[in-house]
Amino acid sequence: MKFGVVVFPGSNCDADCYYVIKDVMGQPVRYVWHQERTLNGLDCVVLPGGFSYGDYLRTGAIARFSPVMEAVSDFAERGGLVLGICNGFQILCEAGLLPGVLMQNTGLKFICKFLHVRVETTNTPFTSMCRVGQVLRIPIAHHGGNYFADEATLAELKREDRVVLRYSSPSGDVAPEYNPNGSLDNIAGICNKGRNVFGLMPHPERASERILGSEDGRLIFASILNSFAKQKL
Amino acid sequence: MPKAKVLVTLKPTILDAQGQVIQNALESLGFTNLKRVRMGKYIELTLEADGRDLNQEVREMCEKLLANPVMEDYSFEIVEC
Amino acid sequence: MSDLRELARELGLNDEEYQRIVEILGREPTYTELGMYSVMWSEHCGYKYSRPVLRLFKTYREAQDAKAMENAGVVSIGDGLGVVFKMESHNHPSAVEPFQGAATGVGGILRDIFTMGARPIACLDSLRFGGLDDPRVRYLLDGVVSGIAFYGNCVGVPTVGGEVYFNDCYKGNPLVNVMAVGLVRLDSIARARASGVGNPVMLVGARTGRDGMHGCSILASAELSEESLANRPTVQAGDPFTEKLLIEATLEALATGHIVGIQDMGAAGITCSTCETAAKGGTGMKIDVLKVPRREEGMTPYEVMLSESQERMLCIVERGHEEDVAAVFRKWGLNAAIIGEVTDDGFVTVYEGDKIVAQVPAVSLADGCPTYYLETSEPEYIQRVRGYDVSSLPEPDDAGEVLLRLLASPTIASKEMIYSQYDHMVQTNTVVLPGADASVLRIKGTGKAIALTSDCNGRYCYLDPYVGAQIAVAEAARNLSCCGAKPLGVTDCLNFGNPQKPEVFWQFKRAVEGMAAACEHFGLPVVSGNVSFYNETPERTIFPTPVVGMVGLLEDVERHCTSSFKREGDLVLLLGRGIDGTADGIGGSEYLKVVHGLEVGNPPRLDLDFEARLHELVRACIWEGLLSSAHDCSEGGVAVAVAESCIMGGLGAAVEWRGSASSLFAEVQSRVVVSAGEEQTSRILELASEFGIPVLRLGVVGGSDLCVRYGECGDKEFRFGVEQIAGIWTNAIPRLMKAAG
Repeated sequence: MKFGVVVFPGSNCDADCYYVIKDVMGQPVRYVWHQERTLNGLDCVVLPGGFSYGDYLRTGAIARFSPVMEAVSDFAERGGLVLGICNGFQILCEAGLLPGVLMQNTGLKFICKFLHVRVETTNTPFTSMCRVGQVLRIPIAHHGGNYFADEATLAELKREDRVVLRYSSPSGDVAPEYNPNGSLDNIAGICNKGRNVFGLMPHPERASERILGSEDGRLIFASILNSFAKQKL
Repeated sequence: MPKAKVLVTLKPTILDAQGQVIQNALESLGFTNLKRVRMGKYIELTLEADGRDLNQEVREMCEKLLANPVMEDYSFEIVEC
Repeated sequence: MSDLRELARELGLNDEEYQRIVEILGREPTYTELGMYSVMWSEHCGYKYSRPVLRLFKTYREAQDAKAMENAGVVSIGDGLGVVFKMESHNHPSAVEPFQGAATGVGGILRDIFTMGARPIACLDSLRFGGLDDPRVRYLLDGVVSGIAFYGNCVGVPTVGGEVYFNDCYKGNPLVNVMAVGLVRLDSIARARASGVGNPVMLVGARTGRDGMHGCSILASAELSEESLANRPTVQAGDPFTEKLLIEATLEALATGHIVGIQDMGAAGITCSTCETAAKGGTGMKIDVLKVPRREEGMTPYEVMLSESQERMLCIVERGHEEDVAAVFRKWGLNAAIIGEVTDDGFVTVYEGDKIVAQVPAVSLADGCPTYYLETSEPEYIQRVRGYDVSSLPEPDDAGEVLLRLLASPTIASKEMIYSQYDHMVQTNTVVLPGADASVLRIKGTGKAIALTSDCNGRYCYLDPYVGAQIAVAEAARNLSCCGAKPLGVTDCLNFGNPQKPEVFWQFKRAVEGMAAACEHFGLPVVSGNVSFYNETPERTIFPTPVVGMVGLLEDVERHCTSSFKREGDLVLLLGRGIDGTADGIGGSEYLKVVHGLEVGNPPRLDLDFEARLHELVRACIWEGLLSSAHDCSEGGVAVAVAESCIMGGLGAAVEWRGSASSLFAEVQSRVVVSAGEEQTSRILELASEFGIPVLRLGVVGGSDLCVRYGECGDKEFRFGVEQIAGIWTNAIPRLMKAAG
């Protein structure tokens, strides 16, 4: 399975994603420069975390106009897998590939820490190897992770089983005290109607090796590989 | 009811990194007649008309809190709504 | 002509220095030349006061004599790799504008790292503030932490550790020291040398504006006063987005092999980078200020040469390969402008178009700063504070209550509120997260790891600068050893008051003497450093604060240790100095300050031999996998160390201490609290005996309470739920920060 990691000016976690895909998951991967206009030959595109364009003006607002984003949009339309992590999630929302918006954390401070998220649906290629209700220990590191969408959008997300991850306690209790940033309904990650575009604020690439404190994030990468393999049969 | 419209901007000699990046982005979207872009903050204060010297009040608010005198300039106008 | 002399004085040059400039040039200087000398000959850039004392450091002395001073220091970690590291201060700008002051401090030190071709992999921040009851101090803390977060997070370098101290002496003069660490291939280290006559000189990165005109000569070389708070153009705004692009572009451009020399631009901007690279290369340089990309209109040559605009580098490129290099910078959206070329006449010649506006011998700017041998005189307070008999003070009635007060004391309390604002995980190398004794970062592809720490107790240094500085070195090495790392090298950031006061210069000299002696003893080279003088206000001078930054190596990343208790039933042991019944460790302690309101006495005794053996013992135990946890004893003594291990592990302990109440909090040196399975004890004792280190059994890990029985007869006791003390320790600083104002 061939992966591409997009590099925008200011992306920071591109090398981290590349490392996990190549050295931990053992898959072919290449960097995709933000000015490339085609994604030929790729099966999954990752929009990594970081501060594209410094997060200046509005986070993700400028990156969404990069030439590569048109290709990502086409790629998604044709069913290609798109994984947006942190800044990647913000860019997908600004670009309209996912609904809603990520606003500044209600605490107004950047927060970096390990926390827990509950898997709400395994009906996506990104969580197919999880169980519904499974709790994953993955870190966040963001200033703008406060997910917001209007009532109609939220209702649609719930109705269509498209809320993928919610912030929770270690035992899976989704309660306000486990919400680090004021996100609507404790939402930590969502997918599109086609279920092939997934955006999440936590960083799975930082929780894919035991030495770093948790391997739970690896399940997301493993799910992608597993779904792809199944699809090819 | 009086409303103060406050604009806080970086002093002209201070680097405005955001303004520069916005300008580059607008230019790459086809807006090619831009000479300069500066980014600032807009703060709206709705006040009680209780006979105080509002100009003086707002000026003090700007100097004490709304603008950082080391790096920022401010301007405001008070309008009736 | 006397106008120039007046101007020279305004710029911080004295009459003798002015005269020397006239002699060097053989004429009166131009306005631009005067500006160039004033910045290069400031203490901040020229080290004119500190140089004679810094020569006490062997590595500095040898590098200076060999004319091989580099931007940052390198130590090898094997596998062809080296670690580059340096610490720098940005104290005065942070006092004036904390957010941007701290942010640009991060930017500046990072450039010192990647200018050597090293990828920055971590930052640590060593901060000092006044008491948190003061609203302005809270404002400074908030601004500084936000500024470091703003810059470090955006640039993608994890801020993995550091320290924060609170003391009234820093009230008007906060200390913001940032240490940056980078990884480099030893065969690809970039040099700051202008070589090859005719090679083009290229300025890359941001445009040049009127930023920080004279920041380094005015702010960093003078005391803070009301006027300096109103200093406007001297504070710069940082742009971490451009810096991130600059990091990627610079490393990529260096990889082309066509960059012959490179220097970052910080204090004294173009002036500094041109004259230093020319001096190091034994060459000269001619540049045209009109070729420098500007972001403001009508800049004079003086302004262009002295501008401290951030996020710029100077590259000396192999002739014929300008395009190869420029293309890389342009790809990343950065300017790359050829502004001149290398010559062989030894001069830095500055043109404005066809007109020469400055022509100065490079070496005179870079190294020609006169050296001053300042007077030292032992301050009168020394005998007074050391003469105080701390053993005469009454014992506390309730050691438990003292523990709670110490855990709530901001210097000891949890700094989580601060470090959670830093992305400490980006680059996925952080194996031991902030909150431990040191940070551990793995080195991908090698199975090794490096450990990082910064340490200094200013109060000890106030009481005795020599011993205090030694303790800073010892503590750093102890912290690294507690993680399982062997110390490799040291950087320092020496923060002092006005050196022209003999009492202050005495503190500086004694501290460096102590630090140099300790580093020699541990076999550690001091590979880089920074001096920050004039840290005082009319009200008071800071404690002498020579901060030590230290890097260590773990041969096997898996064999590391952390400070939290791990398992019920593990024994708690004290390795190192036991209970000796004296008042050693009370002088200068946090206990003495918090309970008795005093900052007197002698700092704790330090036996460097014993300390070195202790470190070896701890590392041996960790290597053999004998320990569940290791935590060094520092502020708050044994009691706080044990409490912290409980809090971090979420486990209680039952402890016995056959010593007085105050001895629980004595900051006796050379002590490490470890926990280990009972089955490991005999091997631990065997190793301890080999290294000649006593072992004292403190108790057992277990339950949900910390229970301490103390007193010479073991007849007193206190007990707290771990949850309760965790709450006090964790919430102390957030609670104070929320206070009105």
